[in-house]
Amino acid sequence: MIQLEHVTKTYPKASRPSLDEVSVGIEKGEFVFFIGPSGSGKSTIIKLLLHEVTPNRGRVHVNGRDVTAMRSWKIPAFRRQIGCVFQDFRLLPNRTAYENVAFALEVIGKTKAVARRVVPEVLELVGLGGKEHRYPHELSGGEQQRVAVARAFVNRPLILLADEPTGNLDPDTSIEIMRLLDRINRTGTTVVMVTHDSNIVNQMRRRVIEIESGRIVRDQARGVYG
Amino acid sequence: MRLKYVMSEVMVGLWRNVTMTVAMIITMAVSLFMLGASGLIYTQVKDMKAYYYDKIEVAIFLKPEITDEQRSALEGALKSDPMVREVIYESKDEAFTKFQSMFADVPAVVDAVKPGQLPESFRVGLVNPEQYQQVREAYVGKDGVDQIIDQRNLLEKIFNILGSVQTGALVAASVMAIAALLLVGNTIQVAAYSKRREVAVMKLVGASNWFIQAPFVLEAVVAGLIGAILGFGLLAVGKIVLLDGSLQDLTDLLTPLSWGKVLIMLPLMALAGTVVSSVTAWVTLRFYLRV
Repeated sequence: MIQLEHVTKTYPKASRPSLDEVSVGIEKGEFVFFIGPSGSGKSTIIKLLLHEVTPNRGRVHVNGRDVTAMRSWKIPAFRRQIGCVFQDFRLLPNRTAYENVAFALEVIGKTKAVARRVVPEVLELVGLGGKEHRYPHELSGGEQQRVAVARAFVNRPLILLADEPTGNLDPDTSIEIMRLLDRINRTGTTVVMVTHDSNIVNQMRRRVIEIESGRIVRDQARGVYG
Repeated sequence: MRLKYVMSEVMVGLWRNVTMTVAMIITMAVSLFMLGASGLIYTQVKDMKAYYYDKIEVAIFLKPEITDEQRSALEGALKSDPMVREVIYESKDEAFTKFQSMFADVPAVVDAVKPGQLPESFRVGLVNPEQYQQVREAYVGKDGVDQIIDQRNLLEKIFNILGSVQTGALVAASVMAIAALLLVGNTIQVAAYSKRREVAVMKLVGASNWFIQAPFVLEAVVAGLIGAILGFGLLAVGKIVLLDGSLQDLTDLLTPLSWGKVLIMLPLMALAGTVVSSVTAWVTLRFYLRV
């Protein structure tokens, strides 16, 4: 599903590469944690998979397509196959939970009728049934992140990328979000999550890839934070 | 649905930043007005050249001591010249009669000139008035020829004035256009900034580039169109107040400016306004909304 081959990424003006000759393969339906200290390069992986940055060397394959060689006008269609969740939720403050999720559908050309059918369903799935018409500021952090997950999942993407999704949440709420991601993973969606939350990694017992100074130092099938 | 979304985004965008929008529209209107005015002057000068150049002639004045042979040789040469359309001989008497009628209201001038004092001449109409210089060179040294005078010189002065007015209008139009461009660029940046969250989400979920950019580009296009209509309004007011009003006397000298010609400027100005503003908006977005 995801293949990184000898990927090196050095940001302009950086003294050393964020990712240095990284090779890793992720199968369809896997749940993978990328862990490591701040600045280790783990967030760069998410950016590479989204084609927000391109590697200096090496190749990135997602769903059988070479992302590195992708023409820029093909990127939007490519991103529709990928859902994405961030630490800061990235919700639109002047739209309700329902409207936030519907917005993601409407801007890729889905009709309002489709949104009316699909959005309540996905909000129910993430456990926000009955709170569709609340604005982000009327929701707790955990609930806002659920809206973000609903928005990422509403297109039934093949891959869900999560960049420190529990970074702004308390431990109990974090565990609820993880349960949600686990459920999404069980529908067959590949989940790639970047985190430095050791509790969560230890509880989930999923594949753990540890990165330090841009290199993979550990790749364990049922790992702990270590 | 998508069209409705885009249009409502355009209206919200223009209204959110209304002072900037107004500034953009005004500069656009003035710039396009100047452009339209210079376009009108251009067509006007072209018309006038066509109108007057047909009527003007080259006068070849003859020396008083010219012999009959020289005169008929000259006339023959002129009549067989392919550059010459027609030749009219004006004798001393005819010149005097013409002079008398021209200055009939200034008897002192008429009295000062006696019959026979005015030179005889050939009045020559040219096939192509631009060939004056060649005609002059062909005849200036001929026996019996005194002076060759082209009435065009006088008209040329008028056209030069109109030409510099046109150049001035074009320069002003360009300067205003630069100001309008900068304002469009700035307005689009402000609009893109105020919608940065929406744009970020749209990029994230894979909205197509045209869908992200269309509202911004259309905002600029709408402003450009309004500017063009206002600029055209200025042009129409200019025609009514100046050409049909206070400059009426001058208008008689100039060839008349029909409403049809003024109307043609509207689509031209609208085209210039929309193309310039949409290209500017699009280029701004290329830098500002990198995918």
